[in-house]
Amino acid sequence: MNEMLLVVMLAGRRAVIPAVVVNSVIELGEVTPVPRTAPHIAGLAALRSRPLTLIDCALSLGLDREPTDCRTCRAVVVEHEGHLYGLMVEAADDIVAALAEPGPLGADPGPGWSRVASARIETEAGALPCLDIAALIAGPEEALAA
Amino acid sequence: MDDLLAEFVAETREMLGALAGEIVAWEANPDDRARLDTIFRFVHTVKGNCGFFDFPQLEALSHAAEDALADVRAGHRRADSRLVDAVLAVIDRIGVMIGEIERGEPLSEATDDVLIAALAGELDDGAISQIGSVRHSPVTPAAEQRTIRLPVDLIDQVMSGVSEMVLARNDLARRMQSLGADTGLEAPFARLSALIAEVRDAITRTRMRRIEGLFSTFPRLVRDLSAELGKQVFVEIENGEVELDREMIELIRDPLLHIIRNAVDHGIEAPAERLAAGKREAGMLTISARQSGNTIHIGIMDDGRGIDVDKLAAKAIAAGTHTPEQIVAMSREEKIDLIYEPGLSTAETVTAISGRGVGMDVVRANIEKFGGTLEIESLPGEGTRFLICVPLTLSILPSLTVEAGGQTFAVPRSYVEEIVSTAGGNLEFAQIGERRYLTFRDRRLACISLGEALRLERNDDPTLFVILRLGWGDLYALEVDRIFDHHELVIKPLSPGIMKSGLFVGCTQLDDGTPVLVLDVAAIGYGAGLPRELHRPSAITAHAAPRAEREGLRVILFRALDGERRAIAMSVVEQVERAGAAAVRRPGPDAQIVLGEDILPLAGVPADVELPERITVLRLCEGGERIAYAASEVIDIATLDGVLKRVNGQTHVVGVTLIDGETAELVDCHALFASQAAHTPGHGTLTCRLDGDETWMRNFLGPIIEAAGYRIVDEGPADVAFVEGDIGDKDECEARKAIRLRSAPGPADGPDSIYRYDRAALMAALLRAGQELAA
Repeated sequence: MNEMLLVVMLAGRRAVIPAVVVNSVIELGEVTPVPRTAPHIAGLAALRSRPLTLIDCALSLGLDREPTDCRTCRAVVVEHEGHLYGLMVEAADDIVAALAEPGPLGADPGPGWSRVASARIETEAGALPCLDIAALIAGPEEALAA
Repeated sequence: MDDLLAEFVAETREMLGALAGEIVAWEANPDDRARLDTIFRFVHTVKGNCGFFDFPQLEALSHAAEDALADVRAGHRRADSRLVDAVLAVIDRIGVMIGEIERGEPLSEATDDVLIAALAGELDDGAISQIGSVRHSPVTPAAEQRTIRLPVDLIDQVMSGVSEMVLARNDLARRMQSLGADTGLEAPFARLSALIAEVRDAITRTRMRRIEGLFSTFPRLVRDLSAELGKQVFVEIENGEVELDREMIELIRDPLLHIIRNAVDHGIEAPAERLAAGKREAGMLTISARQSGNTIHIGIMDDGRGIDVDKLAAKAIAAGTHTPEQIVAMSREEKIDLIYEPGLSTAETVTAISGRGVGMDVVRANIEKFGGTLEIESLPGEGTRFLICVPLTLSILPSLTVEAGGQTFAVPRSYVEEIVSTAGGNLEFAQIGERRYLTFRDRRLACISLGEALRLERNDDPTLFVILRLGWGDLYALEVDRIFDHHELVIKPLSPGIMKSGLFVGCTQLDDGTPVLVLDVAAIGYGAGLPRELHRPSAITAHAAPRAEREGLRVILFRALDGERRAIAMSVVEQVERAGAAAVRRPGPDAQIVLGEDILPLAGVPADVELPERITVLRLCEGGERIAYAASEVIDIATLDGVLKRVNGQTHVVGVTLIDGETAELVDCHALFASQAAHTPGHGTLTCRLDGDETWMRNFLGPIIEAAGYRIVDEGPADVAFVEGDIGDKDECEARKAIRLRSAPGPADGPDSIYRYDRAALMAALLRAGQELAA
């Protein structure tokens, strides 16, 4: 059985997240901003009674962009180290099957991507980078500190 | 019954139940080592537990059994049938005693001495058979309080399920509101709400216990310790109302005791040394608890000599753990942290109280083991403060919701001292550079704009201030734009990315499901530049001239609820604590206050003054009588040396004197206790027996007699007996005084006979009898 992957649109590029780690994909309602925190943490939302920390993935890439609009984006809900996170991406519609095992990235995929992409996977929709959820959550500052 | 006692009874019962099978097996085969061990463990546990409570009989018995069994275990003695019989008799007897303890009865007199002698193997066969009869005497088991043990995980799971139910109910309520009236769902919804509330209360109670139970043992501990060491230590306990997971209370008990012992032993100096240092003679130990999100902050602060870092450093070098070069490079904070090095102690000599080789390293390790932290701050000559933070899993936090910069935040209510507004028009401000100060009860409090602290908008014309009290008594005023409401909020942990800012302790949801951040008010205060000073109410007097040679009356200076400065003799003040206004009954001359499990008369409450939300209570104690005195705050400890001017028309005030240039009224302790004593004459030392129509006497007469200070006995000799007219003289000889009652009004048929509804004559007779007996 080939691994199923969720295709997301991030900073105008396609990438995949392994479907097994995805809790759900939701549209966001009211978002509570969190003052004085890292820029890529967009705020808090609630998934039933659990708090959902929203990660603006485009800012987490370290790209100099406008914050993603909460009303038009999709949030991919994942659980990481006991906390729920909503990864904000521009679109998350397709599920595709992997055609091969993940392989090395190859040439430098460009600023930001080299940190958040962990591997390259051949899929039914072509070759796509696989996102590293921990790196997305940590954001660009963490990478600088490390 | 006391919680602890109930637990002791339940635990012992549980062990007895489990032991029943073992006993039979042991009886059949006394050489069975495993059974012997089980029984030994049982008596050992019982002995250990009753040392904690005051059951000397039970302790003696279990101790004797433990000794005998220890001999058998060590091979010094064989478990012959006599010993087995004796041990089994002891176990049965423990069961009977536990029943009596549970019912609150005094422990019955029994053949305990015989049992103990039998255990020691000093009895002949005749006595042994007597034991047999003791053993098989019928024991009627009391209605047991049924208990089971549950894994904490399971309770956690139920608890979080209940939290979800509360949110689902709130959601439902909101949707029903939008449907408009008359949906026909109101009644079932109300029922559902009530049920959920009930379940939530019950499940919360299973885990939570007030920290007061633990704190209330400290004043006594400190008193004994300081007496032993020849020191004077005054204990202030604050906010014992914080509730904590009962497991957590057990876990923090030992670390707290250790720190308190250290503070009294090493921290606080001897009186002479204190006076020489310009401090007041009695040291001050403040123990406080605050709830903040999922954390309980427990502060222990003394105003002693502080940690001698140089001595610590020297010891570290001597012990070879650090090189002199390393020490030189260390900051003072790093040197203080040396206290955590195993085997280092600043005490010159090892005393019986602390310094027995259990160091701060062990204390800290024990606290960290359950996810807590320990911080130490110390200033030489000024004192030391320990801050223990322990997690409180799954807490329901009473909070205040406020708005700043257009966003809603929650503030844990345990920090909120008061809310003040400029709307009243009588707030006084001062401006030091960019910092605004608010005058609050004679103290200038720094104002911190919540909007600015969070890098939102700063409101330049703030009107609302939340006065916050941090763990150490540091106060500051938080400027907010709006104040919404009090809520009981379920706190959820935040992801590490958000926690990194250090400004929030958790997150919660309002009724409509919106997430709201819970503020870490301490971090905001200190982050905005609030100085981390050791808060000492007597800071001013510390600079004043030493008062060693003064021989005046030591008093506690406080501000009464009516705003007057008053002083009260320090010797009568047992404890100072803070209480909510809700604990006060009937403000006015007959006011009472509920403190822990006591109901005390409360003096110092004017009838026409509205009580503040929280008051300071001085617990006064003299000759076994206790009175509480209400105050708004304790100002200082002082020595009376001025002239006392009498004032007329003031009740409970002896006179007025000058302390530090300001007038203060000296409370008349004699009048206070005298008025109290008038209500309880006799102290229940005299006994009274009721002979006659039992129901009437018990129900009608009993309460009056008890209120008059008599203890009612069922039979046997008594000091006073009430006798109904038609009962003969035969009982009278058993009472020192008899009061005869008759059921018909009209002329008396005897010299000492009173109509039973002639209340005045009854009371007079009772009083006369009491006076004659006392003479």
